Amino acid sequence: MKIAVAIKQVPERDAPVRIAPSANWIEERELQWAMNEPDAYALEEALLLKEQAGSEVIVVSAGPERVGSTIREALAKGADRAIHILCDDLNGRDALGVARLLAAVIKQENPDLVLTGLQSEDVGLGQTGVIVAELLGLPHATMILRVEKTDAGLRVKRELEEGWFQSIELPTPAVLTMQSGGNKLRYATLMGIKRAKTKELRTVTAAELGADSAPTVVLEQIAAPKKQKSTQMLPGSAKEAAAALVEKLKTEARVL
Amino acid sequence: MSILLVLEETSGKIRRASWEALAAATLLAPAESITAVVIGATTESLAREAAEKSVSKVIRVEHPLLAQYTADSFCAALQQLIQSQDATKWVVFAHTYQARDYAPALACRMGQVLIGDVVGIGEGPVFTRQLMQGRLNGSYRHSGNGPCFVSVQAGASRADTGAGPRGTKAPVELFSPNLDATQIRTKPSEPFRGSEQTVDLGSAQRIVSVGRGIKDAQNLPMVQELATALGAELAASRPICDNGWLPMERQVGSSGQTVAPRLYLAVGISGAIQHLVGMKGSQCIVAINKDPDAPIFEVSDYGIVGDLFEVVPALTEAVKAAKQ
Repeated sequence: MKIAVAIKQVPERDAPVRIAPSANWIEERELQWAMNEPDAYALEEALLLKEQAGSEVIVVSAGPERVGSTIREALAKGADRAIHILCDDLNGRDALGVARLLAAVIKQENPDLVLTGLQSEDVGLGQTGVIVAELLGLPHATMILRVEKTDAGLRVKRELEEGWFQSIELPTPAVLTMQSGGNKLRYATLMGIKRAKTKELRTVTAAELGADSAPTVVLEQIAAPKKQKSTQMLPGSAKEAAAALVEKLKTEARVL
Repeated sequence: MSILLVLEETSGKIRRASWEALAAATLLAPAESITAVVIGATTESLAREAAEKSVSKVIRVEHPLLAQYTADSFCAALQQLIQSQDATKWVVFAHTYQARDYAPALACRMGQVLIGDVVGIGEGPVFTRQLMQGRLNGSYRHSGNGPCFVSVQAGASRADTGAGPRGTKAPVELFSPNLDATQIRTKPSEPFRGSEQTVDLGSAQRIVSVGRGIKDAQNLPMVQELATALGAELAASRPICDNGWLPMERQVGSSGQTVAPRLYLAVGISGAIQHLVGMKGSQCIVAINKDPDAPIFEVSDYGIVGDLFEVVPALTEAVKAAKQ
């Protein structure tokens, strides 16, 4: 089985984010970057399928130069080769604009299975995988926790809301968006990191793919959210703050 | 300037989130231009329920192949419906797992891009969505021709505003899409429960909930001790359950349980929207977090910015002392 995994590089979870002077994106300088966590789960599922059935795992990622480090991490974890779609305007694209880039590359590879995370941790559109499926004319299923190969195609476990699940059967090729928590994420081994350096990493530019289009949905401005409640912040040492909180909970909120 | 509002059903009733989406839709255009859409194999009672609301019309999209949700059947049926309507300006959904599964594909099929997970609608209209796990808000605008697809996050609007009964009943129409079993490529099973539920967080009066800030499973007893001192149930945000540190049934959020206790104390939880929708109805919310900009503070009544490894033990002591 040939598996394509679409991954995204996002700001590291705890990295402080500041608004750029343009006010329509964050300040990227001095940020630390990491692999989008749901995409890491997609990669993990692909690597497990590879171990079970001897698949080839191809990583696809779009973004500027810096994305190379996240692609190397995926190769170090066990992906066989990678394609970097070099583009500096990823944040200016809407979900369709990003999906077009990924679909153009994935189409050339003609995989049996396309996996990606259910959403990104930065913009959280949660649409890219579904649109890639639509552009490629493939069936899809979202929020998947487990993938099983069957004679007819795939059986997957889909998460529903409030603790419910369902199982879905679908033919291959197909696109699945993976939910986090289905497996335990592996770390790259030293040997893996060494091997990654010799693995194929092909670069194509967005222009070469001819997948450009004006966005239909435009992110105009970003801002700090407005508070929905007036929060009383309790200052002081841990002990002082704790004592103040207990007092408030007893006398003001009356919940103790 | 008409709106198609796509309602979603669960156990034969329209979901509450769909009424919140109706309230949001009235921010785009008045009720006279809103058409409610119910989908299924038998939609009569759903249509009756929808006709009581402030909408101009209800359309029953009915076909035997719509008995169970699939992305393929819903996309095909709704595409035909939208194309049969004149001048649809907006197509509005509740941002549920189901809408997330097919609305992006439906929009794409019509050359559009869904504006998903909307938490606010302002003049313009400008649509607000959360970015960076809730630490920032983004303002989005739709450009170009054709209908604009929007899905509205639960809790973004109150279901009881703009969605009340208006005395008279909206007229109901039937729409029969052309569907073929060969169009439907996925075969879903009936939904099932993950595991036996042994904890009912929904009825807990007090909940202490723990997030990524706890760093390691070994640190959980410290939080459990606080929960015990408060007489509270221990709960968690998704990553803690993903890691297997606490069972899934203790998860609060869109993929876990929705809770509304008298006291909700969030320890080391940043407050991504998926978590907030599961707990923001709590009477009193307290957050302890090292990041003063963590979005959890936006919904909190009381906040302590600090190292939870210092604050939690101090709080446990203070609670115990107060009880004596």
